[in-house]
Amino acid sequence: MTTDATTLPTLRAQELTRRFGGLVAVDRVSLDLRLQELHAVIGTNGAGKSTLINMLSGEIPASAGSVQLDGADITAWSQPRRARAGVGRSYQRTTIFPEFTVFENCRLSAQAMLQRPWSVWRSADRCGYSTDAAMAALTDAGLAEAAQRVAGTMSHGQKRQLEIAMCLATRPRVLLLDEPLAGMGAEETERMLELLDALKETHAVLLVEHDMDAVFRAADRITVMVNGAVLASGTPEQIRASAEVREAYLGEGVGA
Amino acid sequence: MDLASFLVQCLNAVQYGLLLFLVASGLTLIFGIMGVINLAHGSFYMVGAYLAFWLSTALHLPFLVMLVVGIALAGALGFVLEWVFFSYLYHRGHLQQVLMTYGLILIFDELRSLLAGNDVHGVAAPAWLSGSFALGGLMSYPWYRLFAAAACVVVALLLYVLIHRTRLGMMVRAGASNRDMVRGLGINIRMLYRAVFAGGVVFAALAGMISAPMSSVYPGMGLSILIISFVVVVIGGIGSISGALVASLLVGFVDTFGKVFFQGYSGVGIYLLMAIVLIWRPEGLARRSW
Amino acid sequence: MPSMRAGEETLASVRAVARRTAAARFGAWLPLVAAVALIALPSVLTPYTRDLVMTLIIYAIFALSLELLVGTTGLVSFGHAAFLGIGAYITVLATPASGPGSIAVLLPLAVGGAALYALIVGALSLRTRGVYFLMVTLAFAQMAFFVFHDTDVGGGSDGIYLYFRPVMAVGEHKLLDLDQWGQLYGLAVGMLIFTYAFLALLRRSRFGHALAGIRINEQRMRAAGFRTYGYKLAAFVIGCALAGMAGFLMAAKNGVVNPELLSWHLSAEVLLMVIFGGLGSLRGAVIGAVGFTLLKELYQSPGLVGTLAADHWQLTMGITIILFVAFVPRGVIGIFRRLRTAPGS
Repeated sequence: MTTDATTLPTLRAQELTRRFGGLVAVDRVSLDLRLQELHAVIGTNGAGKSTLINMLSGEIPASAGSVQLDGADITAWSQPRRARAGVGRSYQRTTIFPEFTVFENCRLSAQAMLQRPWSVWRSADRCGYSTDAAMAALTDAGLAEAAQRVAGTMSHGQKRQLEIAMCLATRPRVLLLDEPLAGMGAEETERMLELLDALKETHAVLLVEHDMDAVFRAADRITVMVNGAVLASGTPEQIRASAEVREAYLGEGVGA
Repeated sequence: MDLASFLVQCLNAVQYGLLLFLVASGLTLIFGIMGVINLAHGSFYMVGAYLAFWLSTALHLPFLVMLVVGIALAGALGFVLEWVFFSYLYHRGHLQQVLMTYGLILIFDELRSLLAGNDVHGVAAPAWLSGSFALGGLMSYPWYRLFAAAACVVVALLLYVLIHRTRLGMMVRAGASNRDMVRGLGINIRMLYRAVFAGGVVFAALAGMISAPMSSVYPGMGLSILIISFVVVVIGGIGSISGALVASLLVGFVDTFGKVFFQGYSGVGIYLLMAIVLIWRPEGLARRSW
Repeated sequence: MPSMRAGEETLASVRAVARRTAAARFGAWLPLVAAVALIALPSVLTPYTRDLVMTLIIYAIFALSLELLVGTTGLVSFGHAAFLGIGAYITVLATPASGPGSIAVLLPLAVGGAALYALIVGALSLRTRGVYFLMVTLAFAQMAFFVFHDTDVGGGSDGIYLYFRPVMAVGEHKLLDLDQWGQLYGLAVGMLIFTYAFLALLRRSRFGHALAGIRINEQRMRAAGFRTYGYKLAAFVIGCALAGMAGFLMAAKNGVVNPELLSWHLSAEVLLMVIFGGLGSLRGAVIGAVGFTLLKELYQSPGLVGTLAADHWQLTMGITIILFVAFVPRGVIGIFRRLRTAPGS
């Protein structure tokens, strides 16, 4: 699938850099996220992937470089502001609300888009907007039947699904997914990949992942990071064929 | 204010700050290494002062002997307390630690009332430290205060050497950053914690013993020093000894000169200082250092 | 569309489950019973127990206000007494020397003053978290304590007297005269009911749900798009303002205020009240306030525990606190919850 280089990317990172004291964790990384495209970022531990995703979502400020959403410079925007503008984020460590029901997890996330904190007399579950958005997100993520279960009692795979569902509840256009497949078995991975395929149709997806088979199956573009910098970026075929990538990261025999 | 008075106040500020450091270092060590907030830390200070009173007045021990015996007793107290009480606090949340150590304050206070009554007592400075010395013909400064400051400096240096130059100190620093690793290396974490806790108690009690001849021995002394110590620890950064030193001296100066220039508002001064520091650096002055 | 119908059904069943559990909850009608009992109470009280009951009501409001901070939002404040004290002092200081002040003026001033200090303290403290927040709130409370204790503002360590209790008057006609104990009691009960109902509404509103989310996982809330600092500050100000209201009642009840109202002992005690009753529960806060205060009274009564124990009540109190926090960390409500979710139910 070829991407039209002249269309504006939904999310663009330009020369993003992050320094911690003397250490350069992310070194002038640029990448584009486009609608209907899944862009995977791979690299060894310590390659700077987490820091990169944190800068894109707004959790940590960039030392240099810029982030643009639909052409607008959002580099100085806080994370909540970016989230409300359509940048959704899922975490590597599950960050659901274990004490709430699955439904409430999504409803509360959706509430962020229509907050109305001053209407004290109205019960939260009478809020039509958030309940509708939550149901839609749960249905999309395949968790509709589990809606009234207490989130903390679910299996690991279901919790990761809920993590995505909460992300979807705010109706984002950009999805920054940090290792959604972490700790999943084969069947759960399969389900998640199907979900990602479906999500790709309507979102711009960034996927940070370690599972190489999944990455090569799902991604439209792959960026390889080593020591904080981009080693190579291209289609899965290009990456697979790249000698330097193979040498630095993949090792012989994978996807050959 | 003339030069002589200014110098005297400076010396007072440094001396008070160093004493605060003695108390605060124990507090920040215990919190930084074991993760325990101990509201009863001020009670150890009080225990030290009352020990000084009892050992010198009832048992008539000479001053230096009193200090040594006091340190030993305080160490034993710390050892036992960690064993029977504080070791159960490590896994609890901060709120529970706060409330349980608050209960401990009440117990200590009442025990003090039962054993030593509610009166204010005085402890005499030893004869060889009484009187003042002349400072360049400008003014005189009490020998005892100089001794107090010097003692604190000695302890601070000992602490530095201990933490940075001994195997024990290495274990302490390692235990602070990675408990499981230290345990895996076969080091007895429990004994290590017990030693650290006993050390914190000794510092606080020693401060109490040293300050007894200067500020007398009275029921509320533990509580007042506790809150100031917490302010010092917050300003300096929790877990940082060097931060505690800088913060103690800062607080010493703000408090001493505040009392001189703004009678009646001095109590507020150190909290203003804390507010200003926290606006600038919400995690205290130190940057995760020792 | 099939998915829409499935969604509607699920939504309906979620609502049904919620209704059932609410009704089944044993304490759902308990607050109502308690309110009725409170209203009927005055007829059976002696002067000593009158003062005790008033104290219990005021502390119940005080504990409820802290529950919003600690139990709902997860902000563990160790300086809550300062706001009760500020409310009390403003009530006394704003009363004219010549006659009673108007409730319509004094109450908003007391609540507003507490809220203003809370705004300042909160704005600075909420930049910190965890232990730092605990210590910073304590320190700001100490600052307020010293202002009233050391300066001329509040009459020093002896405090000041309230010579004329507030009234609500239209011209010469007194609608409400807090000098009459019955009317003061009525106002206190009304305020308690208001506080309870208001917090109950708040907790189930969007704002309340957001606060709960912030308590459980603030990072996730920010990732969803909530400006969590603003929510926390709002909760902090509301909780402290309610404490100021309790302070108004305290001043009206006692007829005198002193700096001990801002002491960190009281801050620790109100924390203990909330823990005793059970964190995260409005009923827990009230139960905790009543239970703790009665326990403290008990420990200090020579007639009930003997003179030696009564003189050294802090010993028994300290031991009780340690044992309770250690072995009953979820409080009284926690005991009930555990009984209810026993196997088979």
